[in-house]
Amino acid sequence: MVTDEENRAKGALKKAAKFGEDIDLDEYDEGSRELSTSGSFEDLSKDTQRTMLDTGIMPTAQGKSGNFLLMDNTVVHSATMGTGVELMPLSQAMKVHDWLKDYVWKAVQPDTDKYTAETYLEKADGYFIRALPGAKVQLPVQTCLLLKNRNTKQFVHNVLIAEEGSEFEVVTGCATSKGVEKGLHMGISEFFLKKDSKLTFTMIHNWSEFIGVRPRTIVQMDEGAAYINNYVALKPVKTIQMYPTANMNGKNGVCRFSSVAVAHPGSVMDLGSRAILNAPGCRAELISRTITTGGTVIARGQLIGNAPGIKAHLECKGLILNDKGVQIAIPELEARVPDVEMTHEAAVGKIAQDQVEYLMSRGLSEEEAVGMIVRGFLDVGIRGIPEHLKAEIDKTLQETDVRGM
Amino acid sequence: MLEIKNLTVEVGGKEILHDLSLSVKAGYTTVLFGPNGSGKSTLLMTIMGFSEYKVKNGSILLNGEDITHMPVNERAKRGIGMMMQRPPNLTGVRLKDLVRIAGKGEVDPAVLAEGLDMTRFLERDVNVGFSGGEIKRSEILQLEAQKPCLLLLDEPESGVDMVSIEKLGLKVHDILQGQSHCAGWREKSGKAALIITHTGQILDYVEGDRGYVMCDGTVACSGNPRELLAEIRKMGYNECIRCKLKRPNVVENL
Repeated sequence: MVTDEENRAKGALKKAAKFGEDIDLDEYDEGSRELSTSGSFEDLSKDTQRTMLDTGIMPTAQGKSGNFLLMDNTVVHSATMGTGVELMPLSQAMKVHDWLKDYVWKAVQPDTDKYTAETYLEKADGYFIRALPGAKVQLPVQTCLLLKNRNTKQFVHNVLIAEEGSEFEVVTGCATSKGVEKGLHMGISEFFLKKDSKLTFTMIHNWSEFIGVRPRTIVQMDEGAAYINNYVALKPVKTIQMYPTANMNGKNGVCRFSSVAVAHPGSVMDLGSRAILNAPGCRAELISRTITTGGTVIARGQLIGNAPGIKAHLECKGLILNDKGVQIAIPELEARVPDVEMTHEAAVGKIAQDQVEYLMSRGLSEEEAVGMIVRGFLDVGIRGIPEHLKAEIDKTLQETDVRGM
Repeated sequence: MLEIKNLTVEVGGKEILHDLSLSVKAGYTTVLFGPNGSGKSTLLMTIMGFSEYKVKNGSILLNGEDITHMPVNERAKRGIGMMMQRPPNLTGVRLKDLVRIAGKGEVDPAVLAEGLDMTRFLERDVNVGFSGGEIKRSEILQLEAQKPCLLLLDEPESGVDMVSIEKLGLKVHDILQGQSHCAGWREKSGKAALIITHTGQILDYVEGDRGYVMCDGTVACSGNPRELLAEIRKMGYNECIRCKLKRPNVVENL
């Protein structure tokens, strides 16, 4: 029997997304669902381990609550080590938890665009993570999404549930294996944060200059829930467009999106974050720090205030380090009731010369001064990042080529 | 030693310094007086080499080398260090990191900060949300790490509270008396300073050797800094302007 949902998805197979270059899905081959699996992260090849490390994923079970790896369209590894949290492939979770059908495709609509439609119709697999009620999970869950083979389209469907009063942390690293010169990633993520739960979600993108990326993320938040989202993309990508959205449906919810991104020559990055404050007392903060060294970056942000007593701030700041680079900042505020406090701050431009010279007066060369200012600029966007990831990201930041002037 | 000859400087298309000449001898602490807007800060910013300050005429010599058009960091390398009046905010750059880099990795920011009661500022972004007095202490902290041989201090005491002013004054004294590592500066001549002050409070901690009074973008007169200060306190700047008329070539009298 063909369901209504299926029909809608089929109808959306050619539907271009609202933003971003329209990608022809027929140009890509479906990623394999039958790659060989692995008993642990430690058993993976050294190459794969290195690729994972670059996205902040430690190739070890130690100190982690769970590990998950999807390569192309195969769940290569999935293991839960800690207590208080469940981690398994979504396909398996659907068999284990009958109630899961009340969550799957309930946050993201299958007919949103061609990417959601195809992911829906392909019955994509992905991770299912659930923090049990009241569980304070100390160690992070790691998930890694890898593009392994050339010309692959990877579709992923993730569902994450933070049960009432739970607290946990998830790190997602996304990367491409060396030599993969064409690929497409579509990732649907549906997060449900129950009453008084807290999730810190950090995503590090390390695709490559050949890869198209179309994540679709919706976060549903109940009363008192806290959602901290960190996004880091310092490496080249061909085209990425995403606009993760938090629906803050319960009162006194808190969410913070922090994003840092570098658009290298040839990269087109259309990055947004949105918070819809539907209940009294909700607070949201959206912060992005973007740099172009020759690519195009569009920093979108939207705050929608639908309830009284809410407070929200949006900040998009961009640096242009190269003549060919383009920075577009599009902050939007939408208030539908009078008693709201919503602000935004957007600024794009080059590095201030007086700052550069101030550092030079302390003996730094111009290049060192620019590097220090640029890294400081980005650092503001990643201050909320968990400590265990800081070292790796700092290292990447140090290595990031910010010469452009 | 610093030798400034017939310097004319424009800022934003407007001429601020006119045909200014002065010199700072090695081992000498030189004090700059003058009313607001007379060009004192402009002179210091020009000596440091900030690009907004455009030299239209004249020259700046450091130990005989022409540095008039040299990049800022090259001047820093040659031993010039400056305390700015209004340094820019460096969002995301922690004071600790800047102090470490200014000290070329050879100083411990924590130790230096303790001496200036700046420990709690080390993790903060440079100058962001600092009060006037905190900026001065942060600047001195950076200079202490940098160990310059020619200090350019723009009103080191302004905005500093009574307790901190002593720490800061003594620190300036220490830096001036400390070892010199800059090439071209003879050890025995010691370090030099060019200090802008309105109140002269800094002179309680460092002995001024020579004073200049600036008016309308040029040097009006020179002399013993304490005497000049006493005269300004008594007569205002009028006396100096008159002295400029009488003795146009003050530099010759050095």
